[in-house]
Amino acid sequence: MELVLTTHFGNDRYRHADTYEQLGGYAAMRKAFSMPKEEIVAEVRKANLRGRGGAGFPAGVKWGFLPKDLSRPRVLVINADEGEPGTFKDRLIMSRGPHLMIEGIVITSYALTIHNGYVYIRGEFVREAEIVQEAIDEAYAKGYLGKNILGSGYDLEVTVHRGAGAYICGEETSLLNSLEGKRGWPRVKPPFPASVGAFGLPTIVNNVETIADIPWIVTHGGEKFASLGVEKDGGTRLVCVSGPVKKPGVYELPVGISLRSILYEHAGGMQDGKALKAVIPGGSSTPVIRADEIDVGYDIDSMQKIGTMAGSGGVIVIPEGTCMVRALSVLMNFYAHESCGQCTPCREGCGWLARVLRRIENGEGREGDVELILNVCDNMMGRTICPLADAAVMPAQSFIWKFREEFDRHVRDKKCPYGNTF
Amino acid sequence: MSPSFSEATRARFERMLARYPDKEAAILPTLHLAQREFGHLSGEAIDYVATLLGFTPARIEGVATFYTMYNRKPVGKYHLQVCRNLSCSLMGAEHLIEHMSRKLGIKPGGTTADGTFTLSTVECLGSCGTAPVMQVNDDYHEDLTEESIDAILDGLRQEHG
Repeated sequence: MELVLTTHFGNDRYRHADTYEQLGGYAAMRKAFSMPKEEIVAEVRKANLRGRGGAGFPAGVKWGFLPKDLSRPRVLVINADEGEPGTFKDRLIMSRGPHLMIEGIVITSYALTIHNGYVYIRGEFVREAEIVQEAIDEAYAKGYLGKNILGSGYDLEVTVHRGAGAYICGEETSLLNSLEGKRGWPRVKPPFPASVGAFGLPTIVNNVETIADIPWIVTHGGEKFASLGVEKDGGTRLVCVSGPVKKPGVYELPVGISLRSILYEHAGGMQDGKALKAVIPGGSSTPVIRADEIDVGYDIDSMQKIGTMAGSGGVIVIPEGTCMVRALSVLMNFYAHESCGQCTPCREGCGWLARVLRRIENGEGREGDVELILNVCDNMMGRTICPLADAAVMPAQSFIWKFREEFDRHVRDKKCPYGNTF
Repeated sequence: MSPSFSEATRARFERMLARYPDKEAAILPTLHLAQREFGHLSGEAIDYVATLLGFTPARIEGVATFYTMYNRKPVGKYHLQVCRNLSCSLMGAEHLIEHMSRKLGIKPGGTTADGTFTLSTVECLGSCGTAPVMQVNDDYHEDLTEESIDAILDGLRQEHG
C-alpha cells in the first residue's frame, strides 16, 4: 500500500532536517523551484486533494481564489488548531514529521508568491509547538526558509503562533481573528479569506495534513496522488480511531477504504468482545451512524451519500452498552462550552441542548423534551455566521433520529436504563 | 509591586514582536509569556501587558477572558486538566475524575490547601487514541488508569517536597 506521509514516522530522528533530507526530504522543494508556478498549482488540482480539516474543499481550487494581482502581499496560514473531538492526526504529523509540513509550506508559498506564513497551533500542544519551532529553526539554518531560498531570490518567513484554548479557532476566520490578537470570533463571509484574510491581506488557510501532502504530489505528480483515492477525492487520509477498539490510533489509508475495514482490520475490532453500537465517523460534529451502516467507503462523497461526513478523519467508536443520551449529553456540554457567543441561535441553542439532555439523562425529562431538542435544532441550523451551530445540531439530530427509543425511554421511565454512567 | 518581565522574558518578547506586522497580533503570545512568568494573569499582569503593547486593559482583558488557557485566578503548582469529552468518557474518564477528586479531596475547579494541585476538567485535548488523557502543566499523560494516576500524583507530590 502506497503511503504519502507516515512511511518514516517510526524513526525518532525523522523530525530533524538531516534525517528527513537523507530519506528524500526537501527534494520536492528543489523540484518545485525548477517548475513554473502555475504547473505546481495545476498538479495540486489534478491531485483532487480535498482539505483534510473537515470541510473537504479542493485545495487547488481554494488556491485559485486568490486575487490575480500581486499588489497586496499574500499570507499562508496553516491550521494546526486540531480541536475536533476524535481527531488527533495533525499532532502526529507535527511531532513525527514536522518537515513534511514545512516543505509543504515552502512549496505552496513559492507557487502562490507568498512571503509570510503562520502556523497556528492549538495552545495545549506545547510540546508539538516546540518540535515545530525546532524544525523551523533547522530549516532556516539550512537556507530553506528566510532570504533568497536556494539562491532563487525567493524569500519566506514562517512564524509559529500558539492558540490559547478555544475550539472555535479551528474555524478559519475565527483563527484569523485569533492570529490578529482578537477574540476568536468568526467573521461574516464574504469577504472570504482569499481576498481579505490575515491582517487584511489575501490569505490561504490550509490544514496541516493538506499541506503535508504537497511535497509528495510535487514529487510523484497529481495524477498519481489522485489514483490512490477515489474519483474527486484523491490520496490517502490519516484516519484517527478512538474508543474501545483493540488498536486505537492513527492509520494512513487510501481514501475510499471501507469503514468496516478501518474498524475491524486496521483498528483490530472491538475490545473485550464488545459489540459495536454506533460510529461517529468524522469528528464529533458529524452525524452518527449505526453499526449496520459501516459498509461504506471512507471518502467525502460516499459518506455524504449515507447522510454523514468523513469530516476531519476522527472515527469515534461507540460500543453496545453505551447510553446514547449520556454520550450526546457529553457532546452538547462541549458545544455549549465552546460556542463563542457571537450569534444568538448558537449561544442560546447549545446551552438549551445541553441542559435539556442533562435533565433527560438524570431522569428529570418532561414529555415533549425530545421534540423540544429537535425544535431547538431547527432554529440553529444554518442560522449563524459559522458552522459551530450546525456542528452541534448534526450529532443532536442524528442521535435522536437513529436512537429515538432510548431518548423516549429515559423520559418515560424517569431514569437512565444504563445507570447514569458510562 | 507591579509585575514586570525578567530580562530573559523581555528579550523573548522583543524577538517575538519582530515576527508580527503589528502589536495587536502579539497579544496572545505576550499573554502566554506573562502567564508563564507570573503564574496567572492578575489584574496587575493585564495592566502590565496593556502598557507594554499600548492597548487599554479592557482590550487585553477581553482577549484574556475569551480563551480558556489564560488563568485569571491562581492555580496550583501542578494544573491537572482531565479531558471529559466523548472518547475519553468512553474509556473511563468520568471514573478517573471521581478517583482524583477523592484522592486530592477537591472537586474539579478546586485547588489543594497546600497549593500543589488544581484539578480541572477540560474539553478534547486532541489525543483521543490514547484516551483517557490529562494535561499536567505543559505535558500530556495518556492511556490513564487509576494506578498510573496515583503514580503520577505521588511522583509530583514528592517533587514538590
